[in-house]
Amino acid sequence: MRNVALILRRELASYFATPLAYVFIVIFLVLANAFTFYVGDFYQRGQADLRPFFLFHPWLYLFLIPALTMKLWAEERKSGSIELLMTLPVTVWEAVLGKFLAAWLFTGLALALTFPIWITVNYLGSPDNGVILASYLGSLLLAGGFLAIGSCMSALTRNQVVAFILGVAACFVLLLAGYPLVLDAFRGWAPLTLLEAVASLSLLTHFQSITRGVLEARDVLYFAMLIGFFLFATTVAIDLRKAD
Amino acid sequence: MIKTEHLCKRYPAVTAVEDVTFEVRPGEVLGFLGPNGAGKTTTMRMLAGFVTPTAGRASICGHDVESAPLAARQCLGYLPEGAPTYGEMRVAAFLEFIAELRRLEPPRKRARLDYVTERLQLASVLERPIETLSKGFRRRVGLAQAIIHDPPVLILDEPTDGLDPNQKHEVRTLIEEMAREKIIVISTHILEEVAAVCTRAIIIARGRIVADDTPLQLTTRSRYHNAVSLQLAHSEQLPAARAAVAALPSVATVEVSEREARLTALPRAGAMILQEVASLAASQGLQLKELHLESGRLDEVFRTITA
Repeated sequence: MRNVALILRRELASYFATPLAYVFIVIFLVLANAFTFYVGDFYQRGQADLRPFFLFHPWLYLFLIPALTMKLWAEERKSGSIELLMTLPVTVWEAVLGKFLAAWLFTGLALALTFPIWITVNYLGSPDNGVILASYLGSLLLAGGFLAIGSCMSALTRNQVVAFILGVAACFVLLLAGYPLVLDAFRGWAPLTLLEAVASLSLLTHFQSITRGVLEARDVLYFAMLIGFFLFATTVAIDLRKAD
Repeated sequence: MIKTEHLCKRYPAVTAVEDVTFEVRPGEVLGFLGPNGAGKTTTMRMLAGFVTPTAGRASICGHDVESAPLAARQCLGYLPEGAPTYGEMRVAAFLEFIAELRRLEPPRKRARLDYVTERLQLASVLERPIETLSKGFRRRVGLAQAIIHDPPVLILDEPTDGLDPNQKHEVRTLIEEMAREKIIVISTHILEEVAAVCTRAIIIARGRIVADDTPLQLTTRSRYHNAVSLQLAHSEQLPAARAAVAALPSVATVEVSEREARLTALPRAGAMILQEVASLAASQGLQLKELHLESGRLDEVFRTITA
């Protein structure tokens, strides 16, 4: 665990050593608020809740999270520092987990910095803060899922742009797995059980059920398994092709 | 101790390393030599546990690099090819990070950080991001991270690449100092470096070991081993001198450099010709600028073996 903490700390410091952290946070906050007020009609709806705010998180994450994760492993390969890291007394799993947790903590920080909108809605009316808390948790879990997918895509290549595109594509497919856009690709040839299995993988469905205010164990479990699976896949990808 | 047995690494298109077996004991400084692409770096990467061997085994201090990778890495300080580091980190923070991962506890950590900073002259750049440093400094930061935990085994891939002559000298002195109680493996293109710091040299070509000997013994394989080189003060004496030297029974051939007015007499196998050539020069009245016995040329041996 100590190695995970050390790697986490180094990664987090490296975000803030470059403009990356600041650019990400500013863009995230600006876009999150712009969508809420201009597209989500925050004021005109006349309701004291944060639905229009959380509604756009999946779409914001779809592009911002792969931008954050594309460098996780691709940059290590490109610069050769993966050879240094993997020859230190550190296991692949510790490195994968440390990097992922650093990115998740960082996204959590960006998410926490949206607190003024929570203050605003509480000032304007009396929202159900339980739903808001559940939504924040849901958003954090969604971000974690995207980060794990992005980490896996970054482990597959030494090219950051490729990692970004693969990340967006994979996140998009899983986000909309329950919608015709993805399901139609399976419909017609796949058995119904497979179709239902694919549909049940939909990130958006699970995210929306949490943001309605019901924090169900199966939704949390879904995100935990998704994150676990993709982190495991990252470990395998690194282990198999360390030196490439 | 480092031990490899029949180590192989095959890629779909090429065989990088084929059947490499050797042992290195404490006190030895092993120089890895070979043309580019011969398999030096791949062999070192297998020892460091970064590349998985296709066949064969390797162990460091008795720990198999595949079945006990963490224990093997604990005993090892490794400088990868090109000395990669985290460019955006400051030197001090980077070394601290490595020291923490190496489990150095506070009083010893401070002492080791101070030691590497002093030995590799990093004090002036401690607070600078590594990517802003010159190549020489980056190499030294890489060396610093490799030795920070005072490991019993050091594997250094081209440790002096990019250093100026003074820095090279510093690093060689450091290696010599550490050599007494450690096992050190270095790879290099610089043959003089092998003669200067290594107690043993392994030459690799096309993935195989083609020579494994002390640098001194390797030089004796040279055609120039015990050759006598003489430079004349007057180049007009050159043809006569050449004929006279070539006529000596124990001289095999004579090479001439007209520009330098220099003759190099190569002896027949096992013959010592210095005395004969010297007395010949005196009896022929040759005006000498220089006369010396060659011990052999490592670069010539290298070319002969790896060609």
